[in-house]
Amino acid sequence: MRPFDYHRAETFDDVTSGQIIAGGTNLLDLMKIQVMTPEALVDITRLEGLSAIVPEGDGLRIGALVTNSALAYDPLVRAGWPLLSRAILAGASAQIRNKATTGGNLLQRTRCPYFYDTSQPCNKRTPGAGCAAIGGGGRMLALFGTSDHCLAAHPSDMAVALTALGAEVEIHGANGTRRVPLQDLYVPPADRPDRETILETGDLITAVILPAPKSGSRQGYRKVRDRASYAFALVSVAGAVTMEGGTITDVSLAFGSVAPKPWTIPEVEQMLLGQPASDDLFRRAADLLAPDPAPHPETEYKRALLRRTFVATMRQLTGLADTTGTDIARAEA
Amino acid sequence: MKDHFTMDSPQPRLLDETKQGVIGTPMDRPDGPRKVSGTADYTADHAPDGMAHGVLVRATIARGRITGMDRDTVLGIDGVIDVITDPRMIRNPAQGMAGSAPVQTGDEVHYHGQPIALVVAETFEAARDAAQRLTVHYHAEAAAVSPETTPDTETDDPVTAGDFDSSWSAAEVQIDRAYTTPSQAAAAMEPHAAIADWQGDHVTLRSALQMVRFNKAELADTLGIDPSKVRILAPFVGGGFGSKLGLGPEAAAAAIAAQKLGRPVRVVMTRQTVFDTVLRRSETAQRVRLGATKDGRITAISHDDRVSNIDGEGFAEPVSQASQFLYGADGLSFTQTVARIAATPAGSVRAPGEAVGMLAFEAAIDELADALGMDPLELRLKNLPEKHPIDGRPYSARRLADCLTEGAARFGWADRWQAGTRREGDWLIGIGMASAARSNMLVKSSARVRLTGDQAIVETDMTDIGTGTYAILAQITAEMLGLPAANVTVRLGDSDLPGASGSGGSFGANSAGSAVFLAARKLRAEIAERLGCDAEGLTLQNGQARGDNREAALTELVSEEILAEATIQKGKTAKSHFSSGFGAHFAEVAVNEWTGEIRVRRMLGVMSMGRILNEKTARSQALGGMIWGIGAALTEEMQSDPRDGHIVTRDLANYHVPAHADVPGDMQVVFLEERDDWANPIQTKGIGELGISGAGAAVINAISHATSKRAYDYPVLPDRMVALLEG
Repeated sequence: MRPFDYHRAETFDDVTSGQIIAGGTNLLDLMKIQVMTPEALVDITRLEGLSAIVPEGDGLRIGALVTNSALAYDPLVRAGWPLLSRAILAGASAQIRNKATTGGNLLQRTRCPYFYDTSQPCNKRTPGAGCAAIGGGGRMLALFGTSDHCLAAHPSDMAVALTALGAEVEIHGANGTRRVPLQDLYVPPADRPDRETILETGDLITAVILPAPKSGSRQGYRKVRDRASYAFALVSVAGAVTMEGGTITDVSLAFGSVAPKPWTIPEVEQMLLGQPASDDLFRRAADLLAPDPAPHPETEYKRALLRRTFVATMRQLTGLADTTGTDIARAEA
Repeated sequence: MKDHFTMDSPQPRLLDETKQGVIGTPMDRPDGPRKVSGTADYTADHAPDGMAHGVLVRATIARGRITGMDRDTVLGIDGVIDVITDPRMIRNPAQGMAGSAPVQTGDEVHYHGQPIALVVAETFEAARDAAQRLTVHYHAEAAAVSPETTPDTETDDPVTAGDFDSSWSAAEVQIDRAYTTPSQAAAAMEPHAAIADWQGDHVTLRSALQMVRFNKAELADTLGIDPSKVRILAPFVGGGFGSKLGLGPEAAAAAIAAQKLGRPVRVVMTRQTVFDTVLRRSETAQRVRLGATKDGRITAISHDDRVSNIDGEGFAEPVSQASQFLYGADGLSFTQTVARIAATPAGSVRAPGEAVGMLAFEAAIDELADALGMDPLELRLKNLPEKHPIDGRPYSARRLADCLTEGAARFGWADRWQAGTRREGDWLIGIGMASAARSNMLVKSSARVRLTGDQAIVETDMTDIGTGTYAILAQITAEMLGLPAANVTVRLGDSDLPGASGSGGSFGANSAGSAVFLAARKLRAEIAERLGCDAEGLTLQNGQARGDNREAALTELVSEEILAEATIQKGKTAKSHFSSGFGAHFAEVAVNEWTGEIRVRRMLGVMSMGRILNEKTARSQALGGMIWGIGAALTEEMQSDPRDGHIVTRDLANYHVPAHADVPGDMQVVFLEERDDWANPIQTKGIGELGISGAGAAVINAISHATSKRAYDYPVLPDRMVALLEG
């Protein structure tokens, strides 16, 4: 780890230039192995007004410093947006969730092993250096939205649920405060995979806004990984489905660990909407899920795995499959 | 008093006669409070005055020569003291029981990740920064990093009995299958660490090591000094599993740097360095051929394998070790090929051989049972040989059949349903079983026991790597001398103490325990003489000596210290009898028919492993092994880059040992009562590795039962299971 200056911001005006640190659960790891070598850290954990979960209209305003644990166990979240609780609890460990924050989770870096190994060229670390994952080992890489310069996947669970729930991000910047859909926070890797979001110097994520609950919807987060806990997803599916008399009247979906950001495929939702739930429908929708071929030969398996996980999740969310013992939940108003 | 004992004949079962009643009990480990309160002094907990911090620099090419290092750029970093290269630095850790220096390469690079220099600084962070930023120039050479394609292979003469080829071709039913297992890491909790401190021409090395007696010789040879000038200290070791058997690069580098700088130097490997340079378990490619008659008599057994290692390392994962003595056949044949590759060297990791060999072999046995239409339990019971199938030795003590039948009864094996017919929601349910075997050894070992009144001290350079050595040596001594275990102080991990076997190969408790037993037996003879009775008639209990109608307190009989030292080594019984631990593993799994996720729902291990010295630490060993079995079957896989061979999964977030959620709440271990009179004078067998041996195969076989699909490439990660489910 390199020496760095440390500044604890007491007010918004006191947020000096430098690398923002909140929970630090990802940043400190990256600093230790010198994948990130900031000269200055600005600790925002003492800023007021960013640690609360409060109703906003019919929705919810989640301060950027709310910890993953506090968010997952919040009674309002559990009742109205159970998908979010489920996704958070599917990630990391209790200790990490106690420390990690809402804003930080959205900005965590990819877990591509070549990004983590400074002996390997990586365009995300050093633009133009090349990508060692191409031609290397790549089980955890993305299926969608990659470029010739970067195949890395976004590892968050929470952000996948937030995407399915239609969350917005509140950004405090030099020109005031603005809100963008979470989907629009992230930018495609293109030829600058080091640039991951629209955030400019001086921007700070201050909150995540959830829209009104999808009352009566069934919600679930299905994460498939190499072991039962404490592993990043191979693929994940976040879904919220409302049914009326066997017909799908509302559906929103997002897919995790398959793209540089939580991935959505509107055509899938369009195909499902207004249709009676059936295995045949889900199989046909699943065919829209997988590119052909996978960008890296070692992620080829993710095509089948994503399709199957999608079908299994839809069967549970629409009542075709027994949900005993699963954590599928119904959203309350 | 000195006793030099060679195990030539069975010894009286003295520990069954003694009266203290502490042997075998589930006594809490005496070092437990120190460990959970942070006061047990592991290597890196020490920081002697004036200590500098060293961080190893790794090579970033697979093979070639170092042509230069830009030292000046990092010597300017605040706090950096030196960048040290030295022809005495070692390429990789010594293999277990080597007792001599590992390969020393000078400026040659033999694998990506090889330690090539040590940066020393006033702080760990400065040293790490400099190690990270040091630019190294190489003359790179082409290197073969794949065991599949390297042109450099060596094939041993086959181990055979009977005529395999004719037995195989005549077999009415044949199974011929290929299997693969990946490289695995020991993944001990405590990273490898060393602190070296010179006083004149004597060096004291604190290091996380399993075999102090051998490590002392390895360090002396590495440095080119006399062993009498080396002292090794390893009182607490945070897990080893084979990865700390031999002196490591961090220790050699610390000693060299401390000598050069004239101050103590501490080198603690980062977790990434542990993966890069500590000996891995080799990946394997295996072929198992089994032939049988239609009524289920196995007639032909062949288990061939290909493993890998780097040039200069003699170790080869003994994949078919257990396959050579579990079942009988008319013809048996075992051939091993070693592929030479430029990659992180391979060595012993818990149960070398059985841990991966039994995955394949016991899965093949299961498939043979399927082909025969036989219950896999019945097939195993029907084919237990009367004697060692290769060399004809009788088994010393073998309750394998009892383990199989007892386990089947306890597990409910008789209720087994037709494969692929039980489901709960999206989950397919199956049960599986496998035999367990791990050969048992006795290694030369010395110990000293001192007794003053009713207080005893045990001294040996034996280590406790988390296994419970402090507990069991206290129990043996307390039992033999008739003392509460709390009256026994055990001193370990100091090369100035009598040299023991060290912890490895499951032989530590047998070997060091026997030496302690023999020393205590000497003291018993002395006490009997002082009391005026025969040693055979002596009873020692709670500090009182009784015999021949006499009674006296030890505090009176032994008012001044008496001591005895004993050495044990293997003898005729090792040649006359074959000793092995045996057992049976049972597992129930659920396989998600959509996602291919696999969850172990319950597991049972029934084991006969000689006398149990401490029921609690033995159980922990068995459970830990079984959990490794789950890992080998389902989660653990080291991945390396196909171009330069470097390890890609370099931390515990990417190398997946089972998490708590992977381990079922219903994990049961049952020990069958056993004494192995031919093994050693305390009638024990090794227990550290039997738990893993065969455990993963029970999981693998349960997967087949649940899904009617057979996996041949392990671990069965979701992608592999999905491929089978799609097929």
